[in-house]
Amino acid sequence: MYSQALDQRDESPRGVDDAARLARFDERVAAEDKIEPNDWMPAAYRKTLIRQISQHAHSEIIGMQPEGNWLTRAPSLRRKAVLLAKVQDEAGHGLYLYAAAETLGITREELVDQLLTGKAKYSSIFNYPTLTWADMGAIGWLVDGAAIMNQVPICRCSYGPYARAMVRICKEESFHQRQGFEIMLTLSRGTDEQKAMAQDALDRWWWPSLMMFGPHDASSVHGEQSMTWKIKRFSNDELRQKFVDATVPQADFLGLRVPDDELRYDAGSGHYVFGEPDWDEFAAVLRGEGPCNEQRMAHRRRAHDDGAWVREAAEAHAAKHKAAVA
Amino acid sequence: MVSATSELLPLADGCLILSHRLSEWMSNAPTMEEDIALGNIALDLLGQARGLLQVIGDETGVTEDELAYFREPQEFRNPLICELPNGDFAFTMARQLFVDIWLAHVWSELAATASDEQVRGVAEKAIKENAYHRRHSSSWVVRLGDGTDESRRRMETATEALWPYRGEIADDRWYDAVDAALTEATLTMPPRDAWTQRSSLDGWHTEHLGYLLAEMQSLARAHPGATW
Repeated sequence: MYSQALDQRDESPRGVDDAARLARFDERVAAEDKIEPNDWMPAAYRKTLIRQISQHAHSEIIGMQPEGNWLTRAPSLRRKAVLLAKVQDEAGHGLYLYAAAETLGITREELVDQLLTGKAKYSSIFNYPTLTWADMGAIGWLVDGAAIMNQVPICRCSYGPYARAMVRICKEESFHQRQGFEIMLTLSRGTDEQKAMAQDALDRWWWPSLMMFGPHDASSVHGEQSMTWKIKRFSNDELRQKFVDATVPQADFLGLRVPDDELRYDAGSGHYVFGEPDWDEFAAVLRGEGPCNEQRMAHRRRAHDDGAWVREAAEAHAAKHKAAVA
Repeated sequence: MVSATSELLPLADGCLILSHRLSEWMSNAPTMEEDIALGNIALDLLGQARGLLQVIGDETGVTEDELAYFREPQEFRNPLICELPNGDFAFTMARQLFVDIWLAHVWSELAATASDEQVRGVAEKAIKENAYHRRHSSSWVVRLGDGTDESRRRMETATEALWPYRGEIADDRWYDAVDAALTEATLTMPPRDAWTQRSSLDGWHTEHLGYLLAEMQSLARAHPGATW
């Protein structure tokens, strides 16, 4: 899944860094050279990457909860197996991304601590509840679909470890997206109750999915910097448009209605015209006033606290063993 | 309601129910690595269960899903130990080791003796998966038994609580293997001749299975005949 907060400003990169090294760095980035962990990089570039990669990692870890919510109620053994694999993939993505962030000189423990203390954010989409089985379809189809739109360009990110992590993650996300669509397809071709379940899920997940791309370009606090650094390749509005253009025909194919009265196809531009997400709601969820913010964080903290004695025991055992060998 | 009789049911149901319990750990494990590992083991056990339920279903003319979702608790034949709630991580790992050792023996016997080719196939694949599961659970039992005072106390408590539920899965080989694992963990195995709970073979269960199935079967039963 995906962390949306690509849009925060760092302090200016121009300043203490040596001008010649900075010029060389800028040249390399402009030439699509990959920056690697041991290469010199501006402090602000490092900081931006740590924040973005770790927010992505946190999102994967928190994202296990809304889908984990249906693991024990999956309606067939095949669906149960696929969902288990998917939630497990998310843990794997989280781990992989924390490892990528660690190449920038921060530890996983520090990053996890930032999540648990609320200092770091995760994608606000996971603060919405999964109320029916159809939400497993809608999340795969819409949320993972939006994530792919966001993440595929990151496969070309200037920072090597992040770009490479994203290649693998995108492959798995693409599978997740297809399985989500397939759940929606099965439901929309099923009983009346199943079809209603699918429509209800689309109604609830559509707008939050559009919000995953972040605020409008005009009101985005994000400067040109991430674009210049080639961490980010497309603007929020460009990506949102791409998502709508790709997704509306899929909803048509499912025979489901996108919950937007203003939605229409504009033959002139070849794009769909669509309504405004409720940005007040977006801001509220970011502030912590979403339906599940407290629940998700309480769950994460509880799991972390409950596991403390296990982690301590593993360390104690390793230390004893090491002492015995030495 | 669906019903089936098969010698494979204790194994199929054991894998299904234990997989379900392990899946409850997802997003709750002590480390991210354990979320992944427990998910992996749950997936393997589910795959093993499905392989056998498909064979049993073919014999009785029902699907794997009908067997999983439309049997009543008393139709299940899983060893009781599989349905016990997860408890803490020590309980889950001790239970896993006990069941893994049982499964290692059952799968190798089945791979050698099953007349059904499909069953032998499931068993042969399961043997490889089980070897990994057993390494995982035994290494945790050792780490926790020989870790901190707290982890040792928790492992002792878990072993004692689980001990009456070994009846359906224990034989001499099992005791020997468990004894070796607990010894390595600097723990003492409770007596072999201590009392045991009765088995599920006549439909006897703990109270926990009813709740587990109520949750697992709720959606499928709310929409009988639906395709998912």
